[in-house]
Amino acid sequence: MDFQEAQGRLLASFDEVSHVFHKVPGSAILSRYIQTSYQNDPVRSILEVFLVIFFIRYLLSPSYPTHGPNYVKLREEEIDELVQDWEPEPLVPRQTPFEEAEADKLPVIVGPTGPKSKLSNGKTVTNLASYNFYNFNANEQIKEKAIQTLRTYGVGPCGPPQFYGTQDVHMKTEADIAAYLGTQGCIVYAQAFSTISSVIPAFCKRGDIIIADKMVNYSIRKGLEISRSNIKWFNHNDMEDLERVMQKVVKEQAKKKLTRRFIVTEGLFEMVGDSVDLPKLVELKEKYKFRIVLDETWSFGVLGRTGRGLTEAQNVDSSQIDMIVGSLAGPLCAGGGFCCGTRDVVEHQRISAASYTFSAALPAMLAVTASETLNVLQSNPEILTQCRENIKTMRAQLDPRSDWVVCTSSPENPVMLLVLKPDVVRVRELTYEDQERILQECVEETLNNGVLVTRLKSLPTIQSIGAPRDETSNIQPALKVCITSGLSKKEIEKAGVVIRHAITKVMTRKPNRQASVA
Amino acid sequence: MPRKISLPFTNNTSMPQTDKGGERSSQSKGNRLSNFFSPSPRSSQQLSAQQALMAVHNGSTPSVTAPSLSLPTISLSTATAGEPNLDEPNTTLFQPPSSEEVSRKRRFDAQFGPLVHPSHRYVSKHHGEGLTAPVIDDPPYYFVLTTYISYLLLIALGHIRDFFGKRFSKKQMYNTLQAAGGYAPLTDDFDSFYVRRLKMRIDDCFARPIIGVPGRYMSLMDRVSDDFNASYRYTGTHTETLNVSSYNYLGFAQSEGPCADAVEECIRKYGVSFCSPRADAGTSDLVIEVEREIAAFVGKPAAMIFSMGFVTNASSFPALVSKGCLIISDELNHASIRIGARLSGAVIRSFRHNDMDDLESRLREAIAQGQPRTHRPWKKILVAVEGLYSMEGTMCDLPGILRLKEAYKFFLFVDEAHSVGALGPNGRGVCDYFGIDPARVDILMGTLTKSFGANGGYVAAEPHIIAKLKSTNASTLLGESPAPGVLMQIMASLKLITGELCPGQGEERLQRIAFNSRYLRLGLKRLGLIVYGHDDSPIIPVPLYHPGKMSAFSHEMLKRKISIVVVGYPATPLISSRARFCVSSAHNKDDMDRLLAACDEVGDILQLKFSTGIAGGQRIPEGVTPEDEAQWRKENGLERTFEAPRWPLEDVIAAGAVDCKSKLR
Ligand SMILES: Cc1ncc(COP(=O)(O)O)c(C=O)c1O
Repeated sequence: MDFQEAQGRLLASFDEVSHVFHKVPGSAILSRYIQTSYQNDPVRSILEVFLVIFFIRYLLSPSYPTHGPNYVKLREEEIDELVQDWEPEPLVPRQTPFEEAEADKLPVIVGPTGPKSKLSNGKTVTNLASYNFYNFNANEQIKEKAIQTLRTYGVGPCGPPQFYGTQDVHMKTEADIAAYLGTQGCIVYAQAFSTISSVIPAFCKRGDIIIADKMVNYSIRKGLEISRSNIKWFNHNDMEDLERVMQKVVKEQAKKKLTRRFIVTEGLFEMVGDSVDLPKLVELKEKYKFRIVLDETWSFGVLGRTGRGLTEAQNVDSSQIDMIVGSLAGPLCAGGGFCCGTRDVVEHQRISAASYTFSAALPAMLAVTASETLNVLQSNPEILTQCRENIKTMRAQLDPRSDWVVCTSSPENPVMLLVLKPDVVRVRELTYEDQERILQECVEETLNNGVLVTRLKSLPTIQSIGAPRDETSNIQPALKVCITSGLSKKEIEKAGVVIRHAITKVMTRKPNRQASVA
Repeated sequence: MPRKISLPFTNNTSMPQTDKGGERSSQSKGNRLSNFFSPSPRSSQQLSAQQALMAVHNGSTPSVTAPSLSLPTISLSTATAGEPNLDEPNTTLFQPPSSEEVSRKRRFDAQFGPLVHPSHRYVSKHHGEGLTAPVIDDPPYYFVLTTYISYLLLIALGHIRDFFGKRFSKKQMYNTLQAAGGYAPLTDDFDSFYVRRLKMRIDDCFARPIIGVPGRYMSLMDRVSDDFNASYRYTGTHTETLNVSSYNYLGFAQSEGPCADAVEECIRKYGVSFCSPRADAGTSDLVIEVEREIAAFVGKPAAMIFSMGFVTNASSFPALVSKGCLIISDELNHASIRIGARLSGAVIRSFRHNDMDDLESRLREAIAQGQPRTHRPWKKILVAVEGLYSMEGTMCDLPGILRLKEAYKFFLFVDEAHSVGALGPNGRGVCDYFGIDPARVDILMGTLTKSFGANGGYVAAEPHIIAKLKSTNASTLLGESPAPGVLMQIMASLKLITGELCPGQGEERLQRIAFNSRYLRLGLKRLGLIVYGHDDSPIIPVPLYHPGKMSAFSHEMLKRKISIVVVGYPATPLISSRARFCVSSAHNKDDMDRLLAACDEVGDILQLKFSTGIAGGQRIPEGVTPEDEAQWRKENGLERTFEAPRWPLEDVIAAGAVDCKSKLR
């Protein structure tokens, strides 16, 4: 009886289903199709059923396979065993002997930094290692202003700029810098070092094209890495090579969708010290429709009659450069970095530049200091002249007179990079490490004679993952001498002699001594 | 209507502190300090900056609200809210304070509120074994559905406007979206769609500029927009609001008091900047001292500091891991961790937020499978988590992670950006909170931007790790070193927290933030709002769901003179847009009550009260303690019955101060 009933029910519900099915529009066509196809070709029907099942399975499966193709299925005990056996390497490798020695010798300044600084060993030395080019750090008026700001704003803004971290002083500093450079807008970051690493990926995305100089600094390289764009390199400051690369890009891209194209280069190169030919660059940019990202970290506040940077020095309208990135932390004695450009360029960064959006704003007193030092610089361009005089004086002591080193920096760059002469390197067959070691000895020898200089720290830049690796892109180890207007001509001359003699002394040492030092 | 702001004066009588050192003006302190700082006297040769700091400030008052009025003024006239009426006939027993002193005190209190009652403190400490995930109350389906519909509508409208705008409009905005003169558009319209069409509508809730100190109160610059938030016009006026948005956890955003005094003297001595990277000539005695202090504070043998918290992460990972290594990172980790991880060249995988089972299965799979393709074993595995998550208010399950660490031998990196200072009985972060030896965590990273009111970040670890980091980390070699004033702020605030400077102040700060956090959280739950996060977290997110409610909530709060942060997609999942309160020690119970009152009203207006009671907040009968509640429910068969909590505001305020000290429910 139960069975009968169940069968009846089944039939009834089947009827119901087919009834509903027939009411669905188009169902007649479907059933007719199935009937005819079954009659004509049963195999095909089976195949179609499989296809439908496969299709449903495909729809329901996860959108990508969770395991790679060479996933090995293991039993739990096997995994336990593997876990037990696995021994990780130590978290960091040991310091190399060179690093250790260098860390030991790191000068520690006691008290304020200045043209004459006191070290922790009690000696007072001539400081030619700081970016304190105009000795603003000792300026009482600037200190007073910073203290006033402290007394109204406290120290930290305690939040990212988008979440109430923006204070009116930040807006003023931005306006001041924009007015100084003559751009539509400006955005201030909390640290100069990381500014360009965030500016580049804010605009350059996957599929975009960036052509960069082979000698660009560490921060730029990191920005390029994060951007995931298509990176091409051109030989350092070689505008013909740049044009060649640009032509190639234009040709390759001719049939494709138009993508953003950028040239990234520096005003004064951190790793070499020379500057780019900006008018030529602008000409090329306009010819091939690229945008320029110019890192003026080392040229802002340095080049030009009033320190406006490379644009002023080479008479280029700042509006022709799409993004100008600079630092407020070096010669301006404040802190933070900035990016100038059109209003769109600036506003876009406020929400898409990582180190702006996800980091706390610059302390108010540093922002105010930047405004203040800019003001001083603008109204007293003779400070710049005096610094340039000092650069000339120092150069006269080193470049033509030394048998061992040449200066690669451009004549107005207060950061003088001294590299070993190519002949010396060739004759003595000096490797990168040898040169680093020799220059470190020069630094120590100079310090023994009361002058603090330093060495270009290029290792992280060289070791960058995406760095170009060929003969033309070798960064040469260099001695770094930073000139300041806080010293008289006499003092600079004296320091120059000390540096020259120290280099000579190290270079003429018996080689076996050198080996023992290493 | 904004509730009355109780002015400090009403509280004078109940203020516990005695004003032993209150009369000493900051000026005289400054002078004494400068004696120690000035380079000339012999004595300063031996005195480090820190000793000078200590010598001056010790012996001053234990309470944070130190430079208060010199005498406890008992007012016979009724003290009311609003501006102090100084023209009133003299009815006080003692000399009334001079108007200068009043305004100074008002300024001080606007940065750091006086403690209303000595009982308003709590010790932030973990009780019990492991960390349980907070119970999340789900909104009714209706809200989820309408939220999706809102977004759909917004997106559809946006596309329609784009479609017509690009064809017919001459507006500048559309120009940047299209190729012009042979240049591709600066931003893809797809990339910028969200910003243009969704964020722009509520843009006035973000990036409101302020003037002055972001302390207990902060002044917003008033602005209006005549073009739908494309640009703003500043009216020149400003509004003082209650600040529950800054990461000012311990209330060190102050322009007065021991920290600011120390910073002032430091700038006088050191100038504003060191003008050089650490590895060139930017290493000063000051920075070395601060590093030592930080290491001692977080309980590690060595530490190093950076001029930016973001870069601390971004540049540390490459020095720790490289190709052939694996980083397993919590899915909600901060952008700086993600960028650092990407720059390191290591393989990155993520695990579900705070889910230890998921982490374990990832670890097992990683170790069992080895590196992709080659199956070589990983060189090392680094697990990166945050101590306190700034969008969720959750803490990392440190005990759980350490249990796994023993079995799976990975290295552990904890970003304590928000937890250092804000958590733990001594303010030393998550390790302190859970009572765990910091030596068990390999790398403790943190920022100095938040609890310390300064700027920058630190990494603390074993000496050999720090030594290697110092010689290989790019931002040490090439980036600017932290400014002297900022360093002194770190040092002074650290010394205050540990109690070496003005003993008692630090403790008060630590216990006030813990009290305020719990009090506010409990109050919000009882009012019927849903809150996210763990009980002791000073970050309290309140989900709003609808995109439209973000701006409505922000505006309603602003009307009541409270500034809050609202966050939505993409910082949060699409449907859980939220408001976030950041509690500070600078707040007192009155401030929390004012906030609760505002939330009560706004919660009604915006229909935000839809908690079901599963996450707590229900009433329990007298005689049943929160600890016994589970037992009581079992006995009475009430385990599955929840009653939606909708307490009246008066009850919330009346019962909260006591109830928040027992188990929150
Ligand atoms: C977890 C975490 N890490 C790092 C940072 C960056 O710190 P800073 O603001 O000091 O750059 C933040 C800040 O928002 C953070 O939340």
